[in-house]
Amino acid sequence: MLAPRLAVRFLSSSKGQTTLIAIGIAIAISVQVFVGTLIISLQSGLLNDTIGRSPHITITSADENITIGNWGNLVTTVKGVGGVTAVSVSVDSNAFAIKENRSEPVLIRGLDINNNDKIYRINSAIYQGVRPGKGQVLIGKDLQILLGSKTGDVLTVATAKGTRNNLTISGFYDLSVSNINMAWLITDLDTARSVFGYGDIITSIELRVKDPYTADSVAKKVTAALNDPHLKVVNWKDQNKALLSGLQAQSASSGLIQGFILVSVIITIASILAITVLQKSKQIGILKAMGIKDRDASLIFLFQGSLLGLIGSVLGIVLGVGLLVSFITFAKGSPLKLSIDYIFLFESWVIAMVSSTFAGLLPARRSAGLSPIEVIRNG
Amino acid sequence: MAEQDLSTVPSADKVIELRKVNKVYKGAVDTQVLADIEFTIERGTFNSLIGASGSGKSTLLNIIGTLDRPTSGKVIISGKDTAKLNKNQLAELRNRTIGFVFQFHYLLPEFTAMENVLIPYNIYGGNPTKEVLARADELFELMGIDKVKNNLSTKMSGGQQQRTAIARALINRPDIILADEPTGNLDSESTLNIYKIFREINKMYKTTFLIVTHDRRIAEEADRILEIKDGRIVMDLRR
Repeated sequence: MLAPRLAVRFLSSSKGQTTLIAIGIAIAISVQVFVGTLIISLQSGLLNDTIGRSPHITITSADENITIGNWGNLVTTVKGVGGVTAVSVSVDSNAFAIKENRSEPVLIRGLDINNNDKIYRINSAIYQGVRPGKGQVLIGKDLQILLGSKTGDVLTVATAKGTRNNLTISGFYDLSVSNINMAWLITDLDTARSVFGYGDIITSIELRVKDPYTADSVAKKVTAALNDPHLKVVNWKDQNKALLSGLQAQSASSGLIQGFILVSVIITIASILAITVLQKSKQIGILKAMGIKDRDASLIFLFQGSLLGLIGSVLGIVLGVGLLVSFITFAKGSPLKLSIDYIFLFESWVIAMVSSTFAGLLPARRSAGLSPIEVIRNG
Repeated sequence: MAEQDLSTVPSADKVIELRKVNKVYKGAVDTQVLADIEFTIERGTFNSLIGASGSGKSTLLNIIGTLDRPTSGKVIISGKDTAKLNKNQLAELRNRTIGFVFQFHYLLPEFTAMENVLIPYNIYGGNPTKEVLARADELFELMGIDKVKNNLSTKMSGGQQQRTAIARALINRPDIILADEPTGNLDSESTLNIYKIFREINKMYKTTFLIVTHDRRIAEEADRILEIKDGRIVMDLRR
């Protein structure tokens, strides 16, 4: 093939110009990789903070009586729904925690923490003490500070029905959300049941799904599988509309920035190649006189575009990853956790390659349209 | 003016055939550059085309070389009616049948002399075979420039560059060499050398030559001299 050979030779014969273009493309692509990764990390960090330790889908009773009986079958049904990765049940109810003369409103959460910790990952959030056993309870960091509790202290909980129970504090957790740390008293299922005088019931089934963004469609499938008007299925997307639209706006602005960077890459390559067509018009003219076809004459510039894209994008990705690595190294204390997404890097590379080849189209057309007679007549 | 009888030439021997070729440049005022040009050139002959500048001789050469199309009339090259060929077929015809030598060498400055000579072969043949490489070597020797064949084309003298351009025109063993003032930029010694080489090639390979020049001394070396004036053939002299 003559066209790629000519493309390589044309590029290598003007090394200074080629290097400058490649650096220009590389800088643009590195910025694109850096900004893209920053936004992706920001998004996943935000998403993790919001729903990292919470269910994606919650099934509760739709009736006034908030309890769900016969829950074993329901759990089996829900586990069979595609996309569901974890299922857990809980017994929740409001109460007051009383210590000396203070009384704080709390939510007693009876969880299956010994068997199923995939949703709240409570075990990893315990910073002092151990998991609660029968008659024991975990309290959050904020409530601990407020009450000045230690492990082994006895906490009295009063229910709306007027019953009082004494629970021993087995430890303390920190779920990084002040409201939760303040309000949740975490215990096992049986303790929660006995506090509220319940039988073998639960109050909710909580699920996590593989891709959090599909929670709404999985929730629909769950509703269909359960097929029970007495049950209510809600997903995190419905509960966090403001966050979701924030994330979407962020994605859109990130896309916009990356789009503009690509457009500038395309314009740079296209304009430089257009000048190259002018510079090389004599050569193209004589090649046409010697019988090169218009298609091959235009291929020279498509190849040049993709070659520049290849050099520029590989350099750019290396530079971008370098920037990210130095950012990760030097900003260790930053709450933003950057992680390099290899799929995103590959996508960036493919898009850069396609764009630069596309950028060669206009000059390629010019080259195809060049008439040898013009070149020869004008010397 | 010696009019030739077209019918007496067997068609297989007609390598170039022009019938009532006109070229008009449209503009505010139409300019007729060529008017009813009609002649044939036989295979293996050595011809010169003379005329003052602006007489239309370069336009005629470009039309014969299929770089330009006539406004009306027929141009038949090696038996093929060029009006019936599309752009790609014309490109192929040029590559296989015609070798061009211009006043300026138009070598690709990014390539060596050898690479430049092989380009017409590369266009359709891909990588050169041993036979083609041997042919290229032979041409370099014939041109007397085999010492500089691996030089970049910019690192040669004007005479060497023009000889490289001639070798390039010959690499595909074309039927026809069309040369437009091929020695216009060279001194008289180089000029004489180039014509000697042209004659040799003409004898060795039976290549047909049509050389445009304004230098009468050179033209007179040809077997046949065609003179063009104001777009018309005014003299057709065979010797």
